[in-house]
Amino acid sequence: MSKVFIIVQANEEARSIVEALLQDNPHAVAQESPAMVRVEAEGKLTLKRATVEDLTGQPFNIQQLHVNLISISGHIDEDDDYLTVEWAN
Amino acid sequence: MDMKVAKKKLGIKERYGHMTRGLGWEPTYQPADAVFPYDKYEGIKIHDWDKWVDPFRLTMDAYWKYQGEKDRKLYAVIEAFAQNNGHLNITDARYLSAIKLFWQGVSPLENYVVQGFARAGRHFRGEASRVACQMQAVDELRHYQTQAHSISNYNKYYNGFHSQRHMWDRVWYLSVPKSFGEDALTAGPFEFLIAISFSFEYVLTNLLFVPFMSGAAYNGDMSTVTFGFSAQSDESRHMTLGIEAIKFLLEQDPANVPIVQGWIDKWFWRGSKVLALVGMMMDYMLPKRVMSWKEAWEIYAEENGGALFRDLARYGIRPPKGWADACEAKDHISHQVWLLFYEYGGAAAFHTWSLTNEELDWLSAKYPDSFDKYYRPRLEFLRDKHARGERVYQSTLPTLCTTCQIPLCFTEPGDPTKISHRETVYEDEKYVFCSVHCQEIFCNEPEKFVQSWLPVNQIYQGNCFNPDVDPTAPDFDPLKAVLEYFKYNLGRDNGEFEGSEDQRNFAMWRGQASKN
Repeated sequence: MSKVFIIVQANEEARSIVEALLQDNPHAVAQESPAMVRVEAEGKLTLKRATVEDLTGQPFNIQQLHVNLISISGHIDEDDDYLTVEWAN
Repeated sequence: MDMKVAKKKLGIKERYGHMTRGLGWEPTYQPADAVFPYDKYEGIKIHDWDKWVDPFRLTMDAYWKYQGEKDRKLYAVIEAFAQNNGHLNITDARYLSAIKLFWQGVSPLENYVVQGFARAGRHFRGEASRVACQMQAVDELRHYQTQAHSISNYNKYYNGFHSQRHMWDRVWYLSVPKSFGEDALTAGPFEFLIAISFSFEYVLTNLLFVPFMSGAAYNGDMSTVTFGFSAQSDESRHMTLGIEAIKFLLEQDPANVPIVQGWIDKWFWRGSKVLALVGMMMDYMLPKRVMSWKEAWEIYAEENGGALFRDLARYGIRPPKGWADACEAKDHISHQVWLLFYEYGGAAAFHTWSLTNEELDWLSAKYPDSFDKYYRPRLEFLRDKHARGERVYQSTLPTLCTTCQIPLCFTEPGDPTKISHRETVYEDEKYVFCSVHCQEIFCNEPEKFVQSWLPVNQIYQGNCFNPDVDPTAPDFDPLKAVLEYFKYNLGRDNGEFEGSEDQRNFAMWRGQASKN
């Protein structure tokens, strides 16, 4: 299986995204580098709107991810409630 | 008490459908092929343009909203940087060479990509693909502008940032990214899409913007890291466009597969050569290093690109032809390019220098299979000569590869002691290449590449002097005349870092920052 990743800026807005990813994807690992955090996982990663909203107590639009996103790999499936990246191999 | 609103908002998928479908029409005054004259001649067959879907489903309204937010954040940082002498917080003035090279050689490419996507956005028949290309054209324009605004702060204080547009069309090493961009721009719209969106953006740009920008943060450059990551958030969308574009082309018709494979072979190789410059920036120009070029290549090219090509295997796509050679080169290219620029340091509009023992040790540890054996002895030799007052500057001109336009400084696969050199005779003229892959690119499109504007050849033909120069004058110095034609401020923009004006000014201003 191949690894997928989502890299976001190391800032307050993106902290809840990293936490939600780690909470909803137990196989995911976060690696910190200067100014950025890379969350990687075998096969698949899902970001759920509801989890981010629970963590922050604020409404979250999945597309808000764009503001702090640095890079992403894999095929993307996005809807109102989630964003998934996945390799088909 | 809050009331539930009965009217349901449209979901992302529905909104995307409404804002990207049904926007076109069948022309009646002119046949469709006359309105879209360029989307068939490359041989790509499209049966249903509506199969094109942007997985992020970004629509124009959401696009402007999030881009506006990104820009507000970025400009707040640029302003704070300018007001608080942010330039004095970088680790060392040597770091500026990387930013000079970025500004001279990478930012103008953004402008080329604006033109390319504006054109693709005009010439594709499918509306959703046109919307995606237009957004990317606007993104790339934003990248050029934000880079100009961020880096202009450095131009107030340091050398080598001036005259970017002038240098881009003339300076020898800038012809490497320039020819890459012009090759893509003059290709058909589908080849352009595979060249930029897929080979460059998807397979390679992570190497440019992720570890290098993290390196900028590590070196205290708040301004560059902010424009870099702001641009890279757009790149995430561009990468998605790239993978979507390739899936779309491969799924539309099996006859597209060999054409697309040929473009992947060509553009992966061309991109990997341009990125040799980034390898040098990461390994040599960052005073504090985040990761080596080799490590970045392993994570972002081998691991991520490997996953991608395993995924595309189901369409009959294999990894690019030059893949194995490019992977082997990860142990060598950053060192080979640095040595080239060190020795031609008199002719570059940024500074080069001797590495400290600590820096050499870092490279020895990061490159156990190549550095001590092939490169450390040469760097120490050059450093010793410099210490004796014999700083090495090459004054002869190198042979350039006709395709990638990089001087012949790369070595044979399997033998790092032998310069790789290939030749082809085409219509009685001899053409030289740095590798079998660049040679093959030429041989597939000789009519295009015989037009290459090779700076060294142009200098020898006398085309790179200012008009008032008299090459027959007894005291004529051709090298100096060429550097004046490039608009270099001689002795300030170029040459050794040690003793440079940038080094002195940075030290003096930093001293003033901590006392009256």
